[in-house]
Amino acid sequence: MPAIRFDAVRFTRPGERLVLDRLDLTVEEGETLALVGRSGAGKSTVLKLVNRMLVPDGGAVFVNGRDTREWDPIALRRSAGYVLQEVGLFPHMTIADNIGIVPKLAGWPAERVARRIDELLALVGLAPGEYRRRFPDELSGGQRQRAGVARALALDPPMLLMDEPFGALDPITRAELHAEFRRIQRTVHKAVMLVTHDMGEAFALADRIGVLEDGRLVACGSPPVIGRSVDPHVRRLLDALPGIPHA
Amino acid sequence: MRSLLSFWASHSRELATLLAQHIVLVAVSTAVAIAIGLPLGIFAARRPRLAAPLVAVANVVQTIPSLAMFGFLLPVPLIGGVGARAAIVVLILYGLLPIVRTTIAGLRGIDPAVREAGIALGMTPRELLRIVELPLALPAIVAGVRVAAVVAVGSATIAAAIGAGGLGEYIYRGLSMVDPTVILAGAIPAAALALAVDGALLWVERRLSTRAERRAGFRAAAAAAAVFVMIVAGSAALVGRASEAVVVGSKNFTEQVILGELLAQSIERTGVPVVRRLNLGGTLICDRAVASGDIDAYVEYTGTALTAIFHQPAATDSTAVYAAVRDLYARTGRTLLPPLGFNNTFAILVRGSDARTLGLRSIGDLARDAGRWRPGFGYEFVERPDGYRGLAAAYGLNFAATPRVMDLTLSYRALAAGQVDVIAGDATAGLIRGLDLVQLQDDRHYFPPYDAAPVVRADTLLRHPEVRKALEALARSISADDMRAMNYAADVEHKDVRDIVRAFLAHR
Repeated sequence: MPAIRFDAVRFTRPGERLVLDRLDLTVEEGETLALVGRSGAGKSTVLKLVNRMLVPDGGAVFVNGRDTREWDPIALRRSAGYVLQEVGLFPHMTIADNIGIVPKLAGWPAERVARRIDELLALVGLAPGEYRRRFPDELSGGQRQRAGVARALALDPPMLLMDEPFGALDPITRAELHAEFRRIQRTVHKAVMLVTHDMGEAFALADRIGVLEDGRLVACGSPPVIGRSVDPHVRRLLDALPGIPHA
Repeated sequence: MRSLLSFWASHSRELATLLAQHIVLVAVSTAVAIAIGLPLGIFAARRPRLAAPLVAVANVVQTIPSLAMFGFLLPVPLIGGVGARAAIVVLILYGLLPIVRTTIAGLRGIDPAVREAGIALGMTPRELLRIVELPLALPAIVAGVRVAAVVAVGSATIAAAIGAGGLGEYIYRGLSMVDPTVILAGAIPAAALALAVDGALLWVERRLSTRAERRAGFRAAAAAAAVFVMIVAGSAALVGRASEAVVVGSKNFTEQVILGELLAQSIERTGVPVVRRLNLGGTLICDRAVASGDIDAYVEYTGTALTAIFHQPAATDSTAVYAAVRDLYARTGRTLLPPLGFNNTFAILVRGSDARTLGLRSIGDLARDAGRWRPGFGYEFVERPDGYRGLAAAYGLNFAATPRVMDLTLSYRALAAGQVDVIAGDATAGLIRGLDLVQLQDDRHYFPPYDAAPVVRADTLLRHPEVRKALEALARSISADDMRAMNYAADVEHKDVRDIVRAFLAHR
């Protein structure tokens, strides 16, 4: 059973044009699916349909085989770690409190929470002793993204939803975090759904790539398959990649 | 400056009580305003359509002058009347606007990504509010509380007008004695209290909004809150001492304050505790207060009771008037005790120099050349049936100028300073002596008798028979000269009312 399955999903924003039109896709356990598309292609909407921050107007989204409309929204969201582009760390809490808040709300005892915080900080490459007591605005952009990933992984959820997680970073930091992400994913092995406008990022991270254009999935396949695609939409995204100068 | 310090030194216990009352008024009203305003603000922040009208209503409430607001509330049952309860209601209404507004602004100012992250992490709406939204909006909310508390410190001074006590007591007392020292004795601590409240809350607000000091800030805020609670509890203990006490009121002029103090000290000598709500306001406020039980006793004048309270036609025989008024009071659960001995009739007053050069002796003499006199009267005299209009008709007075309406006490000064030429004062006013004023004879007996006598709630006298005995012992013990001398001591010599009354009682 796929971890996430979209079945003919339609979504309209009230009073606006169609955002998603008969979308079918699946994400298997342990698989990283990257959804690529231009701004406004409906990528973030797809993620919010998974954790029921939005519900479809037509069709259905299944998580672990269950329609999201039948899930308790709180339980669903706790089983889907969410990493936002703007990170959304709580500015009034330390990094440790930011990471530990969800386990704490889930009723974990204090020492288990503390152990988990240190474990996660180490996993995302932030020295616990140094970063535990820092506040978000005392961290660099890349460090905040790492903390955001740690917070999303806190309850060890089976799914990870990532919305342009590395978008606002400089190229070197981004490359570092890409490597870091692949290492973490080898460790935690989640069903990851990642949206990005950057085809390069999708190639670097994904097992499969889906291309969204005007609310429809125009192509879906492994990176080599997408790389050979002749679909004009896909080609346009591929051509936007910076050329690598030949030696 | 020296007189101010010596005033504080000689009134230190009273000052402490008034300060404590002031703090309790501010603390209770601000706490309730937070308890109402915070949920209201949270509710409104989520429903933008509701927020605008809500803030508009709160804005309108804010623009009502506080004195008028106290007036509106006087006849309202349960929350109105006189005393601390009505004052707190008014202060709460004033505190709501800043708290509601800053709560809405604080919640709306939160970065949407932060709120979205909270939802995506699986927080329930309640958890989101408690863990994310309220802490982030807290500095803004504290700023609103700060404004509310500072406004409350200021407005609470006006609450003394309806007998709620507090530092405004000195301000009103000073105004009625025309003594800047006494005004400052209340105004300076009130201003200092406002600055202290402002400073303390500003400090909390700053600590909460700087990220690195947040932890320390919470601890500091908790410590400040603990100190605050201790101060309030202490103040409340000081204020709440006497619940079985007899509450003595008075109108808002010197003689009434002296007579109120006289009743208070006489009752205290029997061992019954007394709460003083002196300087309450005019006749109708005192009457309503004693009828509703907000006060137990005050001194009224028979002629005033007959016409202004019971709306009977004026009469001139003092024994008949006393008997009539006593019966009218008895029917409404109040007892008029025997008269104190002097008749505080209206006195039509002119400057001594005018009286001597123009040979003025009676009110009728004014009619000869009425066009040249500029009259100035208190609010009550202009309104009352036995006041200005009847007087003008009885003596055929056609003043060229319409009377200037002014505060009764200020009118003596205005007369002495030549700003007006004729005033209607009290026959027992000490200032008559101090400012060289002359009382014109009422040879047509226009003014009814105004014999001073204590009005006490009948149930109070039943509960405290010793109070009746103590007050009956005052019957016929104060002559007009005694009263004028006591008024003079207070108004002109600026002696402390408590000392004046103590000396008077000791001499008897």
